[in-house]
Amino acid sequence: MAGVTRTPTHLTQGGKTRAGIGESTLRPDGTLKVTGEFAYSSDMWHEDMLWGHTLRSTVAHAEIRSIDTGEALATPGVYAVLTYDDLPTDVKNYGLEIQDTPVLAHGKVRHHGEPVALVAADHPETARRAAAKIKIDYRELPVVTDEASATAEGAPLVHENRTDHHIGHVPHPNIVHRQPIIRGDADEAAKRADVIVSGEYVFGMQDQAFLGPESGLAVPGEDGGVDLYVATQWLHSDLRQIAPVLGLPEEKVRMTLSGVGGAFGGREDLSMQIHACLLALRTGKPVKIVYNRFESFFGHVHRHPARLWYEHGATKDGKLTHMKCRIVLDGGAYASASPAVVGNASSLSVGPYVVEDVDIEALALYSNNPPCGAMRGFGAVQACFAYEAQMDKLAAKLGLDPVAFRQLNAMEQGTLLPTGQPVDSPAPVAELLRRVKAMPLPPEQQWRTAGAGADVRALPGGLSNTTHGEGVVRGIGYAVGIKNVGFSEGFDDYSTARVRMEVIGGEPVATVHTAMAEVGQGGITVHAQIARTELGVQQVTIHPADTQVGSAGSTSASRQTYVTGGAVKHSCEAVREKVLQKGRAKFGTYHPAWATAELLLEGGKVTTDGGEVLADIADVLEDEAIDLELEWRHRPTEAFDLRTGQGNGHVQYSFAAHRAVVEVDTELGLVKVIELACAQDVGKALNPLSVVGQIQGGTTQGLGVAVMEEIIVDPKTAKVRNPSFTDYLIPTILDTPTIPVDVLELADEHAPYGLRGIGEAPTLSSTPAVLAAIRNATGLELNKTPVRPEHLTGT
Amino acid sequence: MDFLRPASWEEALAAKAEHPTAVPIAGGTDVMVEINFDHRRPEYLLDLNRIGDLDEWEVGERTVRLGASVPYTQIMENLRAELPGLALASHTVASPQIRNRGGVGGNLGTASPAGDAHPALLAAGCEVEVESLRGRRMIPIDDFYTGVKRNAMEPDELIRAVHLPKADGPQQFSKVGTRNAMVIAVCAFGIALHPGTRTVRTGIGSAAPTPVRARAAEEFLAAALEEGGFWESGQALPPSLAQQFAQLAAGACNPIDDVRGSAAYRRHAVGIMARRTLGWTWESYRGGAHGTKGGAQCA
Repeated sequence: MAGVTRTPTHLTQGGKTRAGIGESTLRPDGTLKVTGEFAYSSDMWHEDMLWGHTLRSTVAHAEIRSIDTGEALATPGVYAVLTYDDLPTDVKNYGLEIQDTPVLAHGKVRHHGEPVALVAADHPETARRAAAKIKIDYRELPVVTDEASATAEGAPLVHENRTDHHIGHVPHPNIVHRQPIIRGDADEAAKRADVIVSGEYVFGMQDQAFLGPESGLAVPGEDGGVDLYVATQWLHSDLRQIAPVLGLPEEKVRMTLSGVGGAFGGREDLSMQIHACLLALRTGKPVKIVYNRFESFFGHVHRHPARLWYEHGATKDGKLTHMKCRIVLDGGAYASASPAVVGNASSLSVGPYVVEDVDIEALALYSNNPPCGAMRGFGAVQACFAYEAQMDKLAAKLGLDPVAFRQLNAMEQGTLLPTGQPVDSPAPVAELLRRVKAMPLPPEQQWRTAGAGADVRALPGGLSNTTHGEGVVRGIGYAVGIKNVGFSEGFDDYSTARVRMEVIGGEPVATVHTAMAEVGQGGITVHAQIARTELGVQQVTIHPADTQVGSAGSTSASRQTYVTGGAVKHSCEAVREKVLQKGRAKFGTYHPAWATAELLLEGGKVTTDGGEVLADIADVLEDEAIDLELEWRHRPTEAFDLRTGQGNGHVQYSFAAHRAVVEVDTELGLVKVIELACAQDVGKALNPLSVVGQIQGGTTQGLGVAVMEEIIVDPKTAKVRNPSFTDYLIPTILDTPTIPVDVLELADEHAPYGLRGIGEAPTLSSTPAVLAAIRNATGLELNKTPVRPEHLTGT
Repeated sequence: MDFLRPASWEEALAAKAEHPTAVPIAGGTDVMVEINFDHRRPEYLLDLNRIGDLDEWEVGERTVRLGASVPYTQIMENLRAELPGLALASHTVASPQIRNRGGVGGNLGTASPAGDAHPALLAAGCEVEVESLRGRRMIPIDDFYTGVKRNAMEPDELIRAVHLPKADGPQQFSKVGTRNAMVIAVCAFGIALHPGTRTVRTGIGSAAPTPVRARAAEEFLAAALEEGGFWESGQALPPSLAQQFAQLAAGACNPIDDVRGSAAYRRHAVGIMARRTLGWTWESYRGGAHGTKGGAQCA
C-alpha cells in the first residue's frame, strides 16, 4: 500500500468532490424504470413458491354467520386455506396507531373488500378459483356512511367496546378522534368584521393510484422465522405490527424492501404482509402475493373525503378578523392514520394566514365506507381546498385583488399558528404569491393553427374532438398552502443511519445503510450526495433497505430528506470525526494544522478549511474500516391540548403557491388546464432536478383531484363503484399542463443544510388554484372537488 | 380455458361451429380486460391472429372493405380520406398501444354502447360481413345492434369485415370523456353528410342501451336542407336550424345515470355535439366543394 512509503508531504493537490449536495445527480433507478428493467416487488420469484390470494367481502357491513372452506381446501393444487380461526396467537388485529383492523374478519365485516380468507396454491388462477369456492354466509347490517348516519340515535356502532385512547374524549363512538382549537374569541372578533363569508365545501375520496400494486414474497426460514421482501413505506412500522400476529420475536421477521412502484401514503398501512407470512409459515413454502388493480383499490386506504364548513370575516381594508370552521373527515371502517389526519386538518385549517381569533373543530368518523388514511398532503389538502375558496370569496366581496388580499393577510416568520406555536423559520407566503403571479402568462388561444382549423390537443376534450374553440373561456386562479413536515404531536420521529467508510482498491469508499423506503422520491440519490459531501468520497454504495439496521421512520410527511437525510449526515459527521482522530494520531506531528485548523474531507483527502491538503484518506484509514450506526432526531414536538388545541405540535412547514390557467368548454363542462405555475420555498435544494420533479408530480396529483379523480362509493350500500383505472381516472400527459417552477431557497436554520421537506406542499395548492381558475372562467360557485361536467353545465 | 388457434378462416369457422360459446379474440383489448376483471371466464378463446386476411383492407370504387382486425392506427393513418368519421373516432380510442391492437371487429363483437367506432359506422352507413359454415351474410349496421352488448349475430358466426361506403361528403365525430385522452365515452356523436343522396346520417354512442341513430334529427335536417335549397346554395345554416337538429338529437337519447355521467348530462352533451359537428361538416361542405375533411387537425 502506498501509505507505507508515502508521507503527507508527497501529496497531490486534492480535487473537489463531485455529485455532492446541491447538484442534480441523476437517480440510479431512473433509466431502469423508464426502460422497464427495474425489478418491482411484483416481479419477484422463488423456486417452489406458492401464490397467495385474498378473499374479500362482497358487502360493506355484515355479520359472518359461517365460513365453509371445505371445497376450496379439496381443490387440487391448494396448499392452505386460512380464516380468522387459523390465526396463531391472541394478537389478531393490527393498526398504525389503534389496533382495530382484523388480520382476517372475525364474525363481522365492516367495509366492502375486507379480507376474510386466504388461499395458497401452486398457481395464481388455482388460488383464485379455490377462493371463489369458499362459502360465506353474510347477514347484512345497516351501513353508516356519513356524519348523520354515524351519529343518529341508535346508529349501528362500527366498533363496539372501543378501548383506544381517544374514546374518552370523542362525543360518539363512531367518531375516531376530535380536535378542537380555540384561540382568542372568534365571536367577539366577528363584530369587527365588515364582511363575513361562509361556505360548505366537499372534498371527494382520492386514491393514491400508485402504479405498482401491493405485492411481496414471504420465505419461511429454517429457524422458524420468515424473510419478507415487500414494497412498503416503513419497514419497522410493518415489523412492529407483523411480528406479534405471527407470534415471532421481531428479529425472526427479517424484512427487506423490494422495488416500490410509488406510495403517496397508501403503503403506510399493512396490506398483504401478514397474509403472505401466515401462508408461508403454514405451508413451509415461499408465498408470493400480488394484487391486481381491482384488488389494489380495496387493498389500501384512501384520502379522507371531507365536508368542511368555514366562516371568515374581514374588515373593509382587507384584514381578516376571525375564522370558524368545522371539518368532518370520513375515516371509513378502520382508524388507520385518522387521528393524525385530524390533527393536521385542525392545526392547519387557517392556512398560511394571520388570524388571531379562531374557533376550529375537526373530527374523523368511523363508517362502513372504505378505510381512509395517509395520502400526500394528509389533512392539510382538504383544508386548503376550503380556505382558499374562502379567500377568493372574501376578496371578491371586498373588491380586492385575490392575490393582494392574500398577501395582506399572509403569515410571516414569527406568526402564531392557531395552536399558539410560532412559525420560527422563513414563511415567504407573500413572496411566493408575488413570484407566481409575476411569471409570464401563456398566450391566449394556443389551439389556433396557421390555417382555419384548431389543434384539438390544446383544447378541452383533447383528441375527443369536442370543440374547435366554441364555448371555450379562459380563467386564472391562485392558491397558496401550508403543510407541516415530519410527524407531529409529540411523536418520537427519529431515523437511523449506518455509515461505513473503508479503503477499497486504494480509494476511500462509503456505504450508507438505512431502512428508508425508496418509493420513488429519490432518497437514495440524496443519501449518496450527502455522503460524498460529508466524507469527501466519490464512491458511495447504498445498502439495500432492511430491518438489520434501525428504523428510518416513514417515507411520508415530506420527512425523509430531512430526517433520514439528517441521520445520514449525522452519522457521516461522526465517521468523519473518527477519521480525523485517526489522522491526528497518525500524522498530527507532520503539520500544525492538524491541531489548529477546521478540517474537512474533500476529494479523497483530509484538507483544512482553507483547502490545504494534509493527508490522503486512504493513508489515514489504511485497512481499517470505520462503521457507525447512529440515531438522529429533529426537535421534539408536543401533543395538542384536547380541549383548546394549544401546543407546539409541528416541526417545520413547507409553503407552495400556484397559479392555474384553465380553459373551460362552458357548454360541455370540459376543462383543459393550460398551465399550473408553482413557486415553492424548499430551504435548500439538495438535488434541484429531483425538487422540480417532486413539485411537478405533486402539482399533477392535485390537478387530478380537481378535475377527475374520485372513488365513488354508493351511499346506500357503501360499496365502491369504480375500482379500476377504467373509471377511476388519473391525468394522462394530455391532461398535464406546462408546470413552470420557481424554487426559492430560504434556509431553515433548524434543519440539516437548511432544507425543507418538499413533497406534499405542491399537492395542497394545486387543487384550489385549478378550482379558482374554473370559477373565474365560469362564474360558478363550485364547492365540490373533483369538478364534473355536470357541475359546470347544471345537469 | 382452452385456446383455439385456427390457421385459416375456414378452420376458424369450423371451430366456432364446434364451440359456439368460444369467444373470438383478435387484438384482445376488450376480451383481455374482461378476463382480467373476472367479468367472464369463457370456456374457449378463439384466436384469430393467425388469419392474415382480417388485417387487410381494400379500397374499391365506391366502398372500403375493412378487415375486422385492421387496427385503429391503420385506419387513422391510411383511410382518413375514405373514412373520415371512422378515422376521427379511431383517434379517440384509448391509447396508442391499444390503437395498435384493437379493431372495428372487436367493437362490433362486443357491441357495447360505449364502443367508439359505432357512431361513425352508423353515420357512414355500412354492412357487417359475417360468416359461418352455413354461409356468408351481410348485416346492415342499422340492424346490427339488438340490445345492451348484444348484436344480430348467430352463435356460430364470426365477423370477417365491414363494408363502408367511401365518404361522399364531410363527416365528423365527437366524444365526451372526463379526461382529455384515454377515456371511455360518457357519450359520443357521429355525423355524415351524404350530398349524393342528399341525406344526413348520425350515430349516438353511450346514450342509449345500444348505439342508435338520431333518425328524427336526420329527417328534419334532410328536409330542411332540401326545402331551403342549402345543398345547392351552400349557404350558412341558420342557428335555429342547427338548434332544432341538436334538440332532436338529444331527444334520440335514452341514457342512464352511472359513474361516468348523469343521464341529463348525456342528453345535454349529445345536443351540443350534434350542433357543433353539424356546423363543422356544413362549413366543410360549403368551403371544400364536397370536401370530406372536418375542421379539426389531429396529430
